[in-house]
Amino acid sequence: MDKPNSGGERTPGFSTLSVHAGAQPDPTTGARATPIYQTTSFVFDDVEHAAQLFGLQTFGNIYTRIGNPTCNVLEERVAALEGGTAALSVASGHAAQVNVFHLLMTPGDEFVAAKKLYGGSINQFNHSFKSFGWNVRWADPDDLSTFEKAITPKTKLIFIESIANPGGIVTDIEAIAKIAKKANIPLVVDNTLATPYLCRPFEFGADIIVHSATKFLGGHGNSIGGLLVDGGKFNWAGDDRYPMISKPRPEYQGIVMAETFGNFAFAIAARTLTLRDLGAALSPFNAFLIITGIETLPLRMQKHCENALAVAKFLAGHNAVKWVSYAGLPSDASYKLAQKYTPKGAGAVLTFGLKGGFEAGVKLVSDVQLFSHLANIGDTRSLIIHPASTTHRQLNDEQKVAAGAGPDVVRLSVGIEDIEDLIADLDQGLAT
Amino acid sequence: MGRSLNHERYDDAFIRGILDTVKTVAVVGASQGDDKPSMFVVKYLSDRGYRVFPINPGRAGQFVAGVKAYAKLADVSEPIDMVDVFRRSDAVPEVLDEVLALSPRPRVFWMQLGVKNEEAALRAEAAGMTVVMNRCPKIEYGRLSREIGWVGVNTRTLSSKKPQRLGAGVQRLQLGPRVKSPR
Repeated sequence: MDKPNSGGERTPGFSTLSVHAGAQPDPTTGARATPIYQTTSFVFDDVEHAAQLFGLQTFGNIYTRIGNPTCNVLEERVAALEGGTAALSVASGHAAQVNVFHLLMTPGDEFVAAKKLYGGSINQFNHSFKSFGWNVRWADPDDLSTFEKAITPKTKLIFIESIANPGGIVTDIEAIAKIAKKANIPLVVDNTLATPYLCRPFEFGADIIVHSATKFLGGHGNSIGGLLVDGGKFNWAGDDRYPMISKPRPEYQGIVMAETFGNFAFAIAARTLTLRDLGAALSPFNAFLIITGIETLPLRMQKHCENALAVAKFLAGHNAVKWVSYAGLPSDASYKLAQKYTPKGAGAVLTFGLKGGFEAGVKLVSDVQLFSHLANIGDTRSLIIHPASTTHRQLNDEQKVAAGAGPDVVRLSVGIEDIEDLIADLDQGLAT
Repeated sequence: MGRSLNHERYDDAFIRGILDTVKTVAVVGASQGDDKPSMFVVKYLSDRGYRVFPINPGRAGQFVAGVKAYAKLADVSEPIDMVDVFRRSDAVPEVLDEVLALSPRPRVFWMQLGVKNEEAALRAEAAGMTVVMNRCPKIEYGRLSREIGWVGVNTRTLSSKKPQRLGAGVQRLQLGPRVKSPR
């Protein structure tokens, strides 16, 4: 017999995983690219096989709401890139969040969330989650004691973004992970803006990661999609606070997810309980496009970061610009955290404020010719928006400022075009 | 007392070497109830061509997950290649005592997920057995055949080879090809 661990087995690099993880030539046809299994359902061998699938006793496909082979490739790809044990693809980043919370929260529970978040998440937490009885307590990532103070016996999880929208602020994941661990609750990290290329939150103590694959993972602005990734480290077994994972499930003849599925129990519960019942499945076609986008993730992120830094420097030196928020600038408050958490680069998203205030921001957004004015980030194309009147519109003024989306703020998601063209476009847009 | 081999991480080649060559598996502690992980393992392995012997005194002679059960290891008349232990970690030594009394001696002593016993591992290795602890053969087979990819699990394997179907099932795969390390 071979030795148990010879030390000879290599771990493939990030670029190799971006191209290959989760994929294999199709067994029936030998097709090399991932086939788009545009089917709702899958035949069974016989009644026995069907029963085993429904009873979770064998691995396989039944119905695309619960699982699809094209989507599976995306799931394994992202799990491998994040260094997680398993992942689940869903219809959108928001759906990934609903899915995670549905597994961990019951009505009346609380959770702690950083106030520096994407406006859509802030709304989701303040409104729809509240209507489910999942109660948010906001904390300030610039003052970690606010996280500790917000935790009560009812708190079930902490939620943060690794690089936060819109200002590109970097969060101290490791410090917050310690707070979560002390309270024995999982840390959920939205890693959308960084992607695993720039930051791998599990390495800093995160327990669950969520992604809007709509953004940098898919990378081409063509498909809405989301993922949740299981870190495999949180000990769910026997923990009565999380009955969906720790208690016998009536839906599956009494099996206990944590006992049956070891360190990927969270992801299996997400699929077989929440996705199955709430239904936010990802289209196989969208999965295919996102998989294809991920193959070039390392190359794209390198270019995004290079371009964003050049744009940030240009803006910082421009006399119409009052301030720039980008963690890649040495003067930025997040610069040191970025060196620790995202050493390869600070991402593509930055904000800035114009001396001419709100009106100057509105004028710039309409005068640029190459930057696209729309609500998205993480496209090959450069994007521009005024968050206060759009993505963060439904927040009050205090919440907007707290989120980094005050009235004078303009947000850019810098694309992968030639940098000279991007700077020329901003320059002419800023000219009075 | 010496230290046993490192049981934190196993090379894929090591696990594949076991699952590729073992033909008969006795599952000790195969509990009652369709909801028990031991039942899943019995069914999954027997569907993939392994001859499985569930060992459970309470169900001797009955069919468990479609396979005939035995009261104790010594009651199995065929040679057992591998013993898969679903017992508490502190109950493992007494299982090993029974295993070591078998003739021919099983080659592999495999402890399930969450089951770890260094002292038993050392004794088994000293007796010439290959030992695995804290792993599930269903999950490992699922990983190395990449079947477990169908539920979004990170198999931690890469391959550019076409997977081979196993038998007549639409979704049963053979264990993957051996991946040679470039080193």
